[in-house]
Amino acid sequence: MKKMIDARGLSCPQPVLMALEAMRLDNGELTVLVDTDTARENVGRAVASQGWRLMTDVPEDGGFRLVARKE
Amino acid sequence: MVKNVFASRWGVIAVGAVIGVLAALLQKLGNPGNMGICVACFERDIAGALGLHRAEIVQYLRPEILGLALGSAVAALATKEFRPRAGSAPIIRFVLGMLAMIGALVFLGCPWRAALRLAGGDGNAIVGLCGLTFGVWVGALFLRRGFSLGRNQSAPNMVGAIFPLIIVGLLALAFIFPQIPDQGKNDVLWYSLKGPGATHAPFFVSLCFALVIGVLAQRSRFCTMGALRDLLLFGNTHLLGGLLALICAALATNLVLGQFHPGFVGQPVAHAQHLWNFAGMTLAGLAFALAGGCPGRQLFLAGEGDGDAAIFVLGMIVGAAVSHNFALASSPAGIGAHGMAAVLIGVALCLAIGFTMSGRRA
Repeated sequence: MKKMIDARGLSCPQPVLMALEAMRLDNGELTVLVDTDTARENVGRAVASQGWRLMTDVPEDGGFRLVARKE
Repeated sequence: MVKNVFASRWGVIAVGAVIGVLAALLQKLGNPGNMGICVACFERDIAGALGLHRAEIVQYLRPEILGLALGSAVAALATKEFRPRAGSAPIIRFVLGMLAMIGALVFLGCPWRAALRLAGGDGNAIVGLCGLTFGVWVGALFLRRGFSLGRNQSAPNMVGAIFPLIIVGLLALAFIFPQIPDQGKNDVLWYSLKGPGATHAPFFVSLCFALVIGVLAQRSRFCTMGALRDLLLFGNTHLLGGLLALICAALATNLVLGQFHPGFVGQPVAHAQHLWNFAGMTLAGLAFALAGGCPGRQLFLAGEGDGDAAIFVLGMIVGAAVSHNFALASSPAGIGAHGMAAVLIGVALCLAIGFTMSGRRA
């Protein structure tokens, strides 16, 4: 299952909470859209903490698109 | 993508340590006891310098606050992280800023100063930090229930630039109207002749130290409230490393400089009414958690273009004025005449905000 989270414009820790919840419910692939470097770093750490791997981390529309996959 | 070394585990620990050392040095150079840097106290002093309250002993346009915000703005511009944004429940953030300041002034310090008070041997700081942790824990419960102040929007450059410009304007005022010896006022700016407001390190030293801290904190996302929140919310100790490093580095520097004086009674700019030290910081911690950052972090966010964080800072400054005008703020003699009522009303208001804005995803 591929899941997409749009966390743009949300302040910390909401992007992380949303990403953790999605990873808990889903065993496949997760895409997270964020718009600050802080959220990007925080989501990256949350992904690693759950044993997932960050596959993509690219700028998009003034923010970032992160794609993580379960190892 | 270029990796941000300051945002690594050791990066934020190093930044916390630098803040701890520089804060202890600022005390040595003239800032009040266990108040090398206190974001809440210093914003309160700025409110006094601008004549927003009439507490004569706490009036000084503290360059530390200006330096922290400008340092963050410079770092954000240099790394292309300056991003004007606004529109996430600004009036709620303003009120949370006011309440956070009211709570912090019942304890007599923001989380930074609570850490510095602990590092200076003030046992009352333990009570305050417990209250702070409890407040943040309550805030974390709301976050878990889906609490959100809603999304911000990208905004025109001026929306992000206006707060740093206000800071530049305040800096200009400090240069144009410096303190005149034994004068309580120079044209538009008020100065304290005695008390904590008259106790300060040299202006340029404070400004330079704060600029350095502002740059480092923007890069590392240093946040004392976030340190506790992330630990309680998802067991993450990343930011906690920075907070603990601040305490350890300040403690070590205090020991070297002879600034460590353990005890509960007679501590500088502090009182020993444990219940209200706890409750004041509970209110502050809850307000910080709902608003997404400690007062330092709000300054750094405001510096990098976050108009909502800027509103929170302005709320804190107005909250300081209200605290002193309405006798809500404590003094070394104890809590203010209306401090209890203010804390109870403040907590009730925070809970109302928490309950009514939870349970839906923005």
